[in-house]
Amino acid sequence: MMLDSVKAAVLLFVAVLAQVSTFSAYSPFGGEANLVLVVLLSIALFRGSIFGAAAGFGAGILLDLANFSTLGFTSLLLTVAGFWIGRYGETTARDRFHAPFTSVGVVTILYALGALALHFVLGDPSPAGDVMASLPASLLLNLALTVPVYALVRRVFPPVDMYDRVHEVRLLG
Amino acid sequence: MPRNRTVRVAVLGSSVQRAAASGFASTRSSALRRRIVVGFLVLLSLVLITLSFRSSVLDPVQGFGVSVLRPFEVAANRVARPFRDSVSWTQGLFHAKAENRRLARDNAMLRQEVSQFDAMQQQNTFLRAQLRYVDSPSFPQCCTEVAASVISNPLSPFDQTITISAGSSSGIVDQDVVVTANGLVGQVVRVSASVSQVMLITDPDSSVRAVDASQHRAVGILDHGSASGSLVLDGITKDKKVEEGDLIITAGSPTGKGELPSLYPRNIAIGRVTSVGQNDIDIYKEIQVQPYVDLASLETVLVLIPKPVAATQTSKGTAKAKQ
Repeated sequence: MMLDSVKAAVLLFVAVLAQVSTFSAYSPFGGEANLVLVVLLSIALFRGSIFGAAAGFGAGILLDLANFSTLGFTSLLLTVAGFWIGRYGETTARDRFHAPFTSVGVVTILYALGALALHFVLGDPSPAGDVMASLPASLLLNLALTVPVYALVRRVFPPVDMYDRVHEVRLLG
Repeated sequence: MPRNRTVRVAVLGSSVQRAAASGFASTRSSALRRRIVVGFLVLLSLVLITLSFRSSVLDPVQGFGVSVLRPFEVAANRVARPFRDSVSWTQGLFHAKAENRRLARDNAMLRQEVSQFDAMQQQNTFLRAQLRYVDSPSFPQCCTEVAASVISNPLSPFDQTITISAGSSSGIVDQDVVVTANGLVGQVVRVSASVSQVMLITDPDSSVRAVDASQHRAVGILDHGSASGSLVLDGITKDKKVEEGDLIITAGSPTGKGELPSLYPRNIAIGRVTSVGQNDIDIYKEIQVQPYVDLASLETVLVLIPKPVAATQTSKGTAKAKQ
């Protein structure tokens, strides 16, 4: 557990730095790749909901600090995303080839909509048109990132024994 | 196992032992524990948002965090720079021929303009001296410059801010104007000791008093456009002649002071007019402006720190004496 926490912290820290220093400078086809989100979802798929939520919270705080933006904003979105995909990993996503792609695809869309809603609630500018216009390209970029990132995360966080995960299933007879 | 076994026996009577749950908290935890943890983290995020949004209690913490992260960000930028340069180089290669043609055309036009402006400049200086004309602060005489590298560019369409690697320790204060060699970038909106946040001119909260360089009566307010990264020059009445391709610069303040002086000194290039439209209902023209600066991928910027008025006048006087 401790070793996993350290590995996740290092991985997300590097992802945040890469996101801030490199990925933010490019918007191919009008979209923006979100490396931190893809790394977080991959970790959550392998290590479950609590680990995903905590990792999301930490990554969000780091991103908010690095970007000098409203503290807690990205944490909230990433905590929910990490938790939800962690639950998916613990239950239905087991051994499914498409699980990382489904997770990244769905969460990329929900993350953009969630951020839009949150900005709107806070009274910030919420350019819905711009967000919707950039969403297809961002989705494709994130899906393209999923292949190498998921492979790397799988290597760093080897899947746990499946018997560990099913102990909540009850057989009623 | 008997041949007439039931489904119940087949399932529940299996002698396979499950491995003891071990390893990760999420697998051991009950649903209640899971809910408590995620609920706590969400609540903590909401508290942080509220504190960060409504007060400045967290500013020192955030400033400290930014200072701690800064060396890592600078290192990451250095590592990433060769890759960014190679991408820019490749992109430049594809556009080199077309850009060369355009630059040759611009060069010929600018050479003509420079010779015209030289004559006009001399005449202008002479007439100002005759009239004892008191001018408002204008770029670049108005300010000293602090160079800073860009730590982070906008991370999403919501975000029209950048973070730069200079702060109050370099003399930067809130609302200082930020430029590049190509033109206006925005203004400083948050300052810590070593880092500042800059609101870009494409932010919906940004407004700049701007003027058409070739039509000095066409003064308006430059706002965020409908498309991402575009700008709109608003408040130009239909009788003013503004044409596609015109240069838009900052207008400064009419007198340099006044009740609400412009934050932006005069004469900073902003962009070029890409379209001019008007309809029968609206009293103003619809003018789209494309900024000169590529605001999505900035690397270095200059922060303009206003000189005291007396110093500005002295430097102007010295320049005039030299002429």
